[in-house]
Amino acid sequence: MVMIETKAERMVINMGPHHPSMHGVLRLIVTLDGENVVDCEPVLGYLHRSMEKIAENRTIIQYLPYVTRWDYLATMFTEAITVNAPEKLADVPVPRRASYIRMIMLELSRIASHLLWLGTFVADIGAQTPFFYVFREREMIYDLFEAATGMRMMHNYFRIGGVAADLPYGWLEKCEDYCHYQLDKIEEYEKLMTNNPIFRKRVEGIGRISKEEAINWGLSGPMLRASGVKWDLRKVDHYELYDELDWELQWATEGDCLARYFVRVREMRESCKMVLQCIKQIPGGSYENLEAQRVLGGPKSEWNSPEYQFISKKPSPTFKVPNGENYVRVEAPKGELGVYLIGENNVFPWRWKIRPPGFINLQVLPQLVRGMKIADIMAILGSVDIIMGEVDR
Amino acid sequence: MNGIDLQQSFVGLLTGLGLTQGVARAVWMPLPMLLVVLVVTVGALASTWLERKISAAAQQRIGPEYAGPFGLAIPAADVVKLLIKQTTVPAQSDPLLFVLGPVIVFISVFLSFLVIPFGQNLVISDVTTGVFLVIAISSIAPIGLLMAGYSSNNKYSLLGGLRAAAQSISYEIPLALAALAVVMMSNNLSTIDIVNQQAGLGILSWNVWRQPIGFVIFMIAVLAECERIPFDLPEAEEELVAGYQTEYSGVNFMLFYGASYANLFLSALLVAILYLGGWELPFPIDRVAEIFRIPESSTIWQIVAAFLGVTMILLKAFAFIFLAILLRWTVPRVRIDQLLDLGWKFLLPIGLVNLLITAALKLAFPVAFGG
Repeated sequence: MVMIETKAERMVINMGPHHPSMHGVLRLIVTLDGENVVDCEPVLGYLHRSMEKIAENRTIIQYLPYVTRWDYLATMFTEAITVNAPEKLADVPVPRRASYIRMIMLELSRIASHLLWLGTFVADIGAQTPFFYVFREREMIYDLFEAATGMRMMHNYFRIGGVAADLPYGWLEKCEDYCHYQLDKIEEYEKLMTNNPIFRKRVEGIGRISKEEAINWGLSGPMLRASGVKWDLRKVDHYELYDELDWELQWATEGDCLARYFVRVREMRESCKMVLQCIKQIPGGSYENLEAQRVLGGPKSEWNSPEYQFISKKPSPTFKVPNGENYVRVEAPKGELGVYLIGENNVFPWRWKIRPPGFINLQVLPQLVRGMKIADIMAILGSVDIIMGEVDR
Repeated sequence: MNGIDLQQSFVGLLTGLGLTQGVARAVWMPLPMLLVVLVVTVGALASTWLERKISAAAQQRIGPEYAGPFGLAIPAADVVKLLIKQTTVPAQSDPLLFVLGPVIVFISVFLSFLVIPFGQNLVISDVTTGVFLVIAISSIAPIGLLMAGYSSNNKYSLLGGLRAAAQSISYEIPLALAALAVVMMSNNLSTIDIVNQQAGLGILSWNVWRQPIGFVIFMIAVLAECERIPFDLPEAEEELVAGYQTEYSGVNFMLFYGASYANLFLSALLVAILYLGGWELPFPIDRVAEIFRIPESSTIWQIVAAFLGVTMILLKAFAFIFLAILLRWTVPRVRIDQLLDLGWKFLLPIGLVNLLITAALKLAFPVAFGG
């Protein structure tokens, strides 16, 4: 007897670097069996700009304008890590007010990043409208940034030992208004999306990562916390003054796209509350270390001499990265953003290794999409939250 | 129930001028066709304008503003732009199928309007198999989509074309089943008779009350046939770039684009005819005439009634279009397996059960269910 056999040819399809949902220039070489994904191979490097090499012949001050181009949606974090690394190496203290300003900026930046993630994630599974809603709110954060730093995205605001400028008059009140407004709007997004049956069906149980897998793949940030690991560097490392705030770590146990959605949405709420607390608790004083030293030292302080008084009270452009090496990390919206810095008592760092969270988190993608449908690639990739500027650096 | 008969009066006018009956009919024939094509085109263009304006309102934007009052000239600008653009045919493609694909889709959609009535006598042709014809013709469109997807020499297009075919096949059946239940109640396939069967008690006699399940099935299936979010998988932007339209530009793209909106308009009219009483007003208009002691045969009353009827059917159709547009900008897209599951495992059995219930009710209550 002759059996009729049907055999589907496998199709290799090239998604990207130019594709509507590849978040920039990610390229996926996907092998398809009908609608099912058999294999997926990411190709990186289309946005590589030698960020680490550039750092090796720039002073920290010179390098600061570059760093906002790593993760251009969570810009404050890249600046924070760029100043934190030499600060820790050279033991530069940060005044309390500066630390509070930094915390406000960081949390606002986290909200901005999560907002944009929310928009693109939901757009990736087909709902276009929330994208406009999140941009409406994100715009306000950028207005606040503009008022405080002079720039909307590429702020160049953090400095070794503090920040570049104090907050303008009335800024904190505006910021407080914004936080209350944002809390309402998060409710609105949840009403629109969380219980939408189509949305639930598209993300529930998709791209599941177990706790062990998440740790073994080196995931961090919401990707890790959604898999049931209570790991947040703000709690673990006690950097800045996060311990003075009353906040809770957000996590979930399911490890699927929906859990990651919940973690990020709740983190936005938590960040709003943290900013509100910061606004209440922020002390007066100097926004920058040398100024603080001058006030502390009185009239005879070496920082009171004309040179520092009138020429460069700000962190010196000739700040030398001392001998030694260290790894410093912050909890960026996408995960653990770290810098491994080696200094040799020179104005230029000898080595500046960036540990971008998106790059490490992206590694897990091929094994998550194998055996799923084409449409799930977008849902999973969206839930990983990558920014190619940071992945390729 | 006899509205004005434009054909008779026109032919009568021409024969009065000395033409023979045959010539007069031949002169008449292209007029309603041209008129319907015009109405459909305008309806499709209006739908694109509504799409832009409603999506803008949903997204807190303003939408087109400068092209004409309220941006009303933007559809015309679209058409002009697409007409001027160069039509590219990709290398290594099958040029014949590539050009034929959009044409088939476009023609099949416009052909369906043959049996869509806008009033008692405002229809190109009252075919006795009207509903059947619409369903039969609408199955031709996926062939065009498949041709476009196959001939484009593009993997996204191929996937989009295959998805379009799979989707059409699985939603055609629930669509036909839902329509069949209506047909069973009116004992007739003619679209005009289906509407007439819903007349009498105004809004109460509309089919939507007697066929609530069928109405929902029909709405879902029709949305899937129109390939709109949540069922726009064949052209899913985030997955397949633009699906079967990926390689199309200029006039060929316009045919696809126009056909998709004309199809939406067609579906909306079908919903209005099958379930919402077509051109009937929410209250029985004959009674109004009786109250005001207007003779039903008077020409002015006939014209007013016809005008009200056309307004009503367009109003109902655009209410559906509004719903479809609002839905498109609210919900995400379903996945292909969920789409097929919904079609085969949910809508199809429910449609069959609905058909059975309708048959049973027809036997039990022949008065209410058209025995």
